[in-house]
Amino acid sequence: MDPTEIVAEPGPPPGGGPSAAPAVRLRRAVALLGSFPALAGVDLEVDRQEIVLLRGPNGAGKTTLLRTLAGLVPVTQGEATVLGIDLVRDYKAVRPRVGLLGHATGLYDELTVADNVRFWCRAARARAVDADAAMVRLGLDGRLRNVAVGRLSAGQRRRTSLACLVARRPELWLLDEPHAGLDQEGRDLVDHLVRDATAAGATVVMSSHELDRAVALADRTVTVTGGTTEDDARPPVPGPAEIPEGQESTDVA
Amino acid sequence: MWHDAMLVAGKDLRLEVRSRVALNQIVPFALLVLVLFAFALDPDRGLLERATPGLYWVAVLFSGLLALQRAFTVEAADGNRDALRLSGLDPAGIFLGKAMAVGVQLLVLEVLLGIGVAVLYTTQFAGWPLLLATVGVATVGIAAAGTLYGVLAAGLRVRETLLPLLLLPVLAPVLIGSTRAFEAALAGAPAEGWPWVGLLAVFAVLYILAGVLGFGPLLEES
Amino acid sequence: MTTQSNATTSRPGGATAPEAGPTSTGSKATRALGILALAAVALLVLLGLWWTPADVIQNESVRILYVHVPAATLAYLGCFLTSLGSLMYLWKKSRWWELVGYAAAEIAAIFTAVTLVTGMLWGRPTWGVFWVWDARLTSTAMLMLLLLGYLAVRRLPADYHVRAQRASIIGLLLVPNVIIVRQSVQWWRTLHQEASLFADGPGATIEGIMLFTLVFGFVTFQLIFAWLLVHRFRLAWLEEQVAGQGLTAAIAERRAEGRSASGAAPAPIAPPPAVPSELVHRASTTGPEVAS
Repeated sequence: MDPTEIVAEPGPPPGGGPSAAPAVRLRRAVALLGSFPALAGVDLEVDRQEIVLLRGPNGAGKTTLLRTLAGLVPVTQGEATVLGIDLVRDYKAVRPRVGLLGHATGLYDELTVADNVRFWCRAARARAVDADAAMVRLGLDGRLRNVAVGRLSAGQRRRTSLACLVARRPELWLLDEPHAGLDQEGRDLVDHLVRDATAAGATVVMSSHELDRAVALADRTVTVTGGTTEDDARPPVPGPAEIPEGQESTDVA
Repeated sequence: MWHDAMLVAGKDLRLEVRSRVALNQIVPFALLVLVLFAFALDPDRGLLERATPGLYWVAVLFSGLLALQRAFTVEAADGNRDALRLSGLDPAGIFLGKAMAVGVQLLVLEVLLGIGVAVLYTTQFAGWPLLLATVGVATVGIAAAGTLYGVLAAGLRVRETLLPLLLLPVLAPVLIGSTRAFEAALAGAPAEGWPWVGLLAVFAVLYILAGVLGFGPLLEES
Repeated sequence: MTTQSNATTSRPGGATAPEAGPTSTGSKATRALGILALAAVALLVLLGLWWTPADVIQNESVRILYVHVPAATLAYLGCFLTSLGSLMYLWKKSRWWELVGYAAAEIAAIFTAVTLVTGMLWGRPTWGVFWVWDARLTSTAMLMLLLLGYLAVRRLPADYHVRAQRASIIGLLLVPNVIIVRQSVQWWRTLHQEASLFADGPGATIEGIMLFTLVFGFVTFQLIFAWLLVHRFRLAWLEEQVAGQGLTAAIAERRAEGRSASGAAPAPIAPPPAVPSELVHRASTTGPEVAS
């Protein structure tokens, strides 16, 4: 991982209009957890600046799908391109450009909110101003700033985690149950953040069981079951999608 | 790489400043070990004085092991490994940063244990250049090897038991080398001690290299 | 990272040597090797226990050395193979080499144990005690602990590549560790006492049929080592293949899970029933293609 590469990357992509290659393109992607195929041939296409909701029962593979898109789980079969990076060839390269909000918060309990946000922010080579702005945005300024994360409520931890993500300005937001554990105001805030991010050029893929809220927020819903996907809006038969395939692969290459 | 190393080291040391686990638990443990040695070896027969270098370094290893466990318990919590992998930090930088933080804590422990043996075992320190050189290279070696094996054990449920099994045989040369070098220094024959410092330096370099190259793959596995 | 693709491509190439029957780790060649090893053991027993005379200095206890010295040497060879296998895994992602390294580590641990036990049995009549802090004894004990550490990590339950990755880094460091430990222990002892107690041991004083027996002991132990290595390797290979073979079936099963779930549920987003079977069909056609 070349640090200089990372420096150049945060921030919205240049000219990330709909004409650019899709942010996410999976074709029959298989990802293994141990020897278990958590993803058993997923087809998924997400355009830039789109908000896609993943729904499906527990254990369907939503979390693994998000982790795969984040470059944490290698793709063993099929094709997978995220932000123009071929995950089959190098699944790690995409990491600095995505932000993942998982079930686990990835925070250090003994450090304060400000310590945590600043550390992860500096790790991603983001600016300190952004860290402060993110904390203000998430309502973590004032008293909470200097409270150890271990003393926070679940919702406040979630907000801290979100602040880290916002400060990094990822191009692709991967949100695993972003509404869980948050109060009414917090959920509204998540929706605002998501809309602002897409307006600024980012793409969002999220899973949620808060269907009313999430469906209203999302441009499109994709159902995940048994490690595969069924697109609710687009025809799942790859007939029409096959036509731009050659075109896109030349774009990517 | 150095930016990341300083960042991670700063984070770990800040964590220690905020939580004071090393200060409140590991330091008392280290001093307790010194007291236990005195109970086990009769202080009146001069056994303690003769065995001081060995006892000192065994105490350093045991309390250092606790510091290492602590350094990776912190990272094992709540998805921090994923966060580190996603962070964009250079794995070599993470390794060096964590090793530096462990090294700083080890140095503090070594100074306190030094004061401890001086007071409790009435050790007369001599041969300062050799003593300091030994402490320096031995600390680097323990920190580097410990960090490499520490991350390996970090993600595992068996880490409390696995780390000592992996690490202590590997650190045996460090124990032998630093003990002999201390003996030579205290006996006023530093010429005998310097080859050991050389061995310790080789060990430290080997493990820094192994850590810089091997930390990325070890961090990857989930 | 090209871990997966490399590992799978290395498989057919690596599989040429160990293509044993699916249910057995043996073959004609290994049976011949086994019989040869057994014959050599029988001959070594005769040579060691009856045909050679007792030593002038060490008396009857010298006979232990015909086992002890070859076992020690091959323990170190096993260690070297483990490091080499680990290196080749980390470098080329060669599953074949990794399994060779793992098999060699287990055998090296057994041979090290044999070395320690025979060494102690030899030490009792020779020195009057089971254990002395001799440089060789101590470093062999440390070697045993290092090997146990490697095996402990290699056997932790996890996905193959995770296990291999972890263990390979320890395995790669095995030889440097052994060298540093030996060096430090050697310096440590020689500072305090005269040269190693083994200095006037084997090799130096023995000749004739006793020397021949010692050399023959090496040959015998090499045969045993090779025979064990081949079998242990094949066993490990077959184990991994069993674990890997289920993948295509597991993928189909996982997809069927989704199909039945969406079929059984009242399906708020009812998919056309033809689609999933179509997907399964596509998956099954891509299966062999990917594997080849």
